[in-house]
Amino acid sequence: MTVDATSAVTPTVIEAIHLSKHFALKSASMLGAAPAPLRAVDDVSFSILAGQTLGLVGESGCGKSTIGRLLLALLPATSGQVMFEGHDLTQLDAEGVRPLRRGMQMIFQDPYGALNPRMSVERIVSEPLIIHGARRDAATRERTRELLELVGLSAAHASRYPHEFSGGQRQRIGIARALALSPKLVVCDEAVSALDVSVQAQIVNLLQDLQDRLGLAYLFIGHDLAVVRHISHRVAVMYLGKLVELSDRRSIYSAPLHPYTQALIDSVPPPRPLRQRRPPVIAGDPVLSGRPEAGCIFQSRCPRVAAQCLALEPALIEHRPGHWAACHRVEV
Amino acid sequence: MNGPGRDPVLSVRNLGVSFRTDGGEIRAVEGVSFDLARREVLGIVGESGSGKSVTALAIMRLLPEPPARIHSGQVWFGGRDLLTLSESAMRKVRGASVSMIFQEPMTSLNPVFTVGDQIVETITAHEKLSRAQARVRAIDLLAKVGIPSPTRRIDDHPHEMSGGQRQRVMIAMALACKPQVLLADEPTTALDVTIQAQILELLRSLQAEFEMSVVMITHNMGVIADFADRVLVMYAGQVVEQAGVHQVFDAPQHPYSAALLASVPRIDEDRRRLHTIDGSLPNPADWPSGCRFSPRCPHALPLCSTTVPELRQVSDAARVACVRWPVQMASEMASEMAAEAVRGR
Repeated sequence: MTVDATSAVTPTVIEAIHLSKHFALKSASMLGAAPAPLRAVDDVSFSILAGQTLGLVGESGCGKSTIGRLLLALLPATSGQVMFEGHDLTQLDAEGVRPLRRGMQMIFQDPYGALNPRMSVERIVSEPLIIHGARRDAATRERTRELLELVGLSAAHASRYPHEFSGGQRQRIGIARALALSPKLVVCDEAVSALDVSVQAQIVNLLQDLQDRLGLAYLFIGHDLAVVRHISHRVAVMYLGKLVELSDRRSIYSAPLHPYTQALIDSVPPPRPLRQRRPPVIAGDPVLSGRPEAGCIFQSRCPRVAAQCLALEPALIEHRPGHWAACHRVEV
Repeated sequence: MNGPGRDPVLSVRNLGVSFRTDGGEIRAVEGVSFDLARREVLGIVGESGSGKSVTALAIMRLLPEPPARIHSGQVWFGGRDLLTLSESAMRKVRGASVSMIFQEPMTSLNPVFTVGDQIVETITAHEKLSRAQARVRAIDLLAKVGIPSPTRRIDDHPHEMSGGQRQRVMIAMALACKPQVLLADEPTTALDVTIQAQILELLRSLQAEFEMSVVMITHNMGVIADFADRVLVMYAGQVVEQAGVHQVFDAPQHPYSAALLASVPRIDEDRRRLHTIDGSLPNPADWPSGCRFSPRCPHALPLCSTTVPELRQVSDAARVACVRWPVQMASEMASEMAAEAVRGR
């Protein structure tokens, strides 16, 4: 089923509403005062529509991986809601979430770590079915065969073991496993980052084909802005736990509003050698600069910083239709 | 800024490295030759199994033998073949005249020693300086690589620094004795993109200041575009193309180079499908006969699987290992000759 982006009725598959995750830090101080908690995800809201991909980009410490885990209820949220299939996942216990897990799955970054080396491909791909009540019978084997073919492998691969496959093929196995229960949402957590360029291209094409065929929604977490541009319909940019920009992919790349998004795009090495080399756009380090006490989270590295940025945290505002940014100094 | 000098500072000739494994003998690098000029940045690009890292490790004599075996070739540096040096002689070269930086700084930084101790160790191993003098140089180096408050940070342990800072420390260690050649194996791959841009800029300015030659090994074509003067493209342990950086991007000659470039997603374009290369890398223990790329090549001719293509000079600065080249040239020459014959009548 192909989803028409302009259709009036495109269902929302999952919605994060003012989602936050704070981690308490152990005190390093002799006086015993607890340091402020690490706000890994701080008041983040977004939704993902059926058949569409939301790309989530940001650098180390931005919280994108934590968001992926919060959406799948793999981590308890500190506050906020995750609405999925009419339920608020943050309010459910493990028993309550379990049946909903059929609808949401994950593909991981490391194709070597994500597959149990002692399980055959058959067992790996059918494991979700077995966990959710299927038996090891002909129907399950048939479904497994179907899944392998869906991802470009064959039934002949079912009896082999992970070590017999390349990184790209292992990723396909992981995708087959993720599709076993016909989920509505798949979180791709840096799913192509560990692959060679040409293999990455194959897997990106595969993910897009599957999205078109099965109407899947993806949360595509990545750091490669070119890959994210390619696969996403909408893109969200995060910095130190906060959502700083959210828009359709074309606007974000051609006319970004937030200075951090602009810096990210400008930092990407050029697709062709330039006659004139350019200096790096931005100094400093997100992990080291840390959260400021007050004001905008990006103040210490921002080329447009002004007095109000130090005092007041900017809200995420819709500066253009469908294009949100959290910045006092947006130049529309 | 001065361009590359004329006499090569490093010359690799017909390098061949194999590994003995339970699965058979893997010919990881075969017939690799290149020259590195003074002040030149040579990019070596390739994917997994290309042999690019093994090439660099072989030059540095950092491969454990066994299971590795450098079975052929010479590496000429400073008038000597590094492959024939004793380990103690090589140790004087390594880290002093030829240095290497790696992708994962934690594997070359010892977690139980301070960064200062490690830089000082490099310096005192190669030069007759006291620890106090070496410490002064270490502080200068940390400042030069952009570590803030170097007099304090010099006593940090690696885990107290960010990934980008650890990479800067590794660069400081590698440059401590002003090497002539720096081998950089995926130095920015593990870093965030804004940090990557900073580190590349740092390497550029240090390269200019130290008048170093750099071999930049990466799978990232963008880094090549940004940093290299000349490019070696490697596939399945062999060099398939060698050309100036502009030529490789504007007019790649080898089908693999062209396919690799085409499969890179571009940040400035909206494309629906990415170009892919059919199939996957063959088993390194069992390379295909003839051209190793032929099973996946859209232009393969029958003779591609029986003839091993030589790296042939096709223009002033470009070499390609592809059997189509003589075929193409021969037919072009034939039509040229026919046209001349018509004109002459």
